[in-house]
Amino acid sequence: MTKSFNPQSYEPGTHPDLPPPAITTGLIGWIKTNLFSSPLNTALTLISLWFLWQILPSSIHWLFTGAVWSAVDRKECWAMMDAPRDGACWAFIRGSLELFLYGWYPEPERWRVNLTFILFGAAVFGALRENIPGKKYWLMFAAVFPFLAAWLLFGGFGLEPVPTGKLGGILLTLVVAVTGISFSLPLGIALALGRRSRLPVLRAICVIFIEFIRGVPLITLLFVASTMLTYFLPPGSSFDLLMRVLIMVTLFAAAYIAEVVRGGLQGLSSGQYEAADALGLTYWQSHRLIILPQALKISIPGIVNTFIGSYKDSVLVLIIGMMDILGLGRARLNDPDWLGLAPELYIFISLFFFVSCFAMARYSLSLEKKLETGHQS
Amino acid sequence: MNQDSKNASKTEDSIISIHGMHKWFGDFHVLKNINLEVGRGERIVICGPSGSGKSTLIRCINRLEEHQQGDIVVEGTELTEDLKNIDIIRSEVGMVFQQFNLFPHLTVLENVTLAPIWVRKLPRAEAEEQAMSYLERVKIPEQASKYPGQLSGGQQQRVAIARSLCMNPRIMLFDEPTSALDPEMIKEVLDVMIELAESGMTMLVVTHEMGFATAVAHRVIFMDGGEIIEEQPPKAFFEDPQHDRTKLFLSQILHH
Ligand SMILES: Nc1ncnc2c1ncn2[C@@H]1O[C@H](COP(=O)(O)OP(=O)(O)O)[C@@H](O)[C@H]1O
Ligand SMILES: [Mg+2]
Repeated sequence: MTKSFNPQSYEPGTHPDLPPPAITTGLIGWIKTNLFSSPLNTALTLISLWFLWQILPSSIHWLFTGAVWSAVDRKECWAMMDAPRDGACWAFIRGSLELFLYGWYPEPERWRVNLTFILFGAAVFGALRENIPGKKYWLMFAAVFPFLAAWLLFGGFGLEPVPTGKLGGILLTLVVAVTGISFSLPLGIALALGRRSRLPVLRAICVIFIEFIRGVPLITLLFVASTMLTYFLPPGSSFDLLMRVLIMVTLFAAAYIAEVVRGGLQGLSSGQYEAADALGLTYWQSHRLIILPQALKISIPGIVNTFIGSYKDSVLVLIIGMMDILGLGRARLNDPDWLGLAPELYIFISLFFFVSCFAMARYSLSLEKKLETGHQS
Repeated sequence: MNQDSKNASKTEDSIISIHGMHKWFGDFHVLKNINLEVGRGERIVICGPSGSGKSTLIRCINRLEEHQQGDIVVEGTELTEDLKNIDIIRSEVGMVFQQFNLFPHLTVLENVTLAPIWVRKLPRAEAEEQAMSYLERVKIPEQASKYPGQLSGGQQQRVAIARSLCMNPRIMLFDEPTSALDPEMIKEVLDVMIELAESGMTMLVVTHEMGFATAVAHRVIFMDGGEIIEEQPPKAFFEDPQHDRTKLFLSQILHH
């Protein structure tokens, strides 16, 4: 029966390696197999094309060709269009960009924010980039960055102090997200190890903590941070609201990271622990050198998923009155000059979140690929 | 192997001595009254049906499993709760597993140098030099920069042997080192083990490779149901087994 496919026959032991059949390769082959392989598939392809034809021209017109990029207020925007609202009024976003970026950060001190952004870029680049000379120093820099950033942003020690209430917009969003992400990973790993510890008390503490945090919505924790925490603290002590929120966001993300990492730890065969033990490695050595590198590698998709989730959840701080990018943007919508420009605002904010989340997702994929060392695990 | 070196090894100074040792997994009595003396340089093959406690016995010797009764003394150090004693014993005892258990995220060279660098505190250059000499001994120096996942099973097991040897152990434990291998790779691993035996290493080997047992073992131990049923020099063990259970077991493994 194979005769009909492969008319040529070879002596046993002399069959050469042949290229795959041509139909599955090339652009035409791809289109045939993916878009028109069956009547149903063909129908779906045609319907999708028709749908795109219907919405693409008007979308492109509204978003780009018919849009106004600079104007002082919405009236001027409308005046520049064929008909009011015929296109997007991006002038609104452009005019608000500085507010969205810095919040109410005092103008003469904004260089500190800019410097923080630049150092943040350098820390991310240095920490993630492979084959960079002096990798060790880049990592050390990334580790001290959060503290350096805190000093730059809030001042003290020679810099003009800036009250935390002045933070807003993208700056606040990034402060909340980066703090949550960078402190939740080590804390989450510690919790995951604690949950698997042989010491019953330590294990119980970790389990209770993780399950409590996971069992309570983040918004509730934020309300706790904004209202109740003052009752628990000694009278007269004041504890900055932003600080309380950062702690809550970090604890929340850490509980999820802990469970993701625990999954990774359970994914390792017991043989890895035994081999490390048999070689005489101590608990910390075997975890640092053998167990965690592998467990974290398995956990990368889950960890990044948690990061992306907590990054997006950072907008919930607007519920307790903090003006992150979403809160500030919504407040800006009430500006008489720019009334009714909600679509522009939400498109901008969506794009902002999408670009950063997509970058994280792509990075995690490339990291997984890079850490691949063979077929077996 | 000449008969002389086979006899020389069993002396009164045992490197391992196990007395009245019992172990339970929960309620399950897995090892029952184990008594075993192993002389310096002695080579012992342990066999027996699956589930008879062979792995558990040798894993008690480096404390991968904890025994509950009796005592185990290795190189004069008794195995107790004392973590320091456990560390001492583990640095004297190497172990090779059925599933190799190489560290997949590290290269072969890193696998082999890891313990010398972190446990023995050797400088990296020295550890690498020593590692290469052991990789040569197991005949795969050219694979040093590969990852375990890129090697065949036989090569992985030889790396695992080199990894243990790099700690300069006095005793080597092997838990069915060839059972997970494709047939054509068994010989390359056994050859390395035979060479190791010729160098005078004390070895406890759980295996059903009877050719290996005949060639290198001083004693063959047969276990069943958590007990040592019979121990004999290999020739006597195969030709003249005393117990019915041993006879049954031998008839099962030799007749296919
Ligand atoms: N960690 C464990 N917990 C409970 N039972 C175990 C454990 N390890 C092994 N056993 C049981 O102990 C018995 C002996 O196991 P093992 O020493 O691995 O046997 P062998 O190596 O001779 O095949 C088996 O019945 C096995 O199911
Ligand atoms: Mg076994």
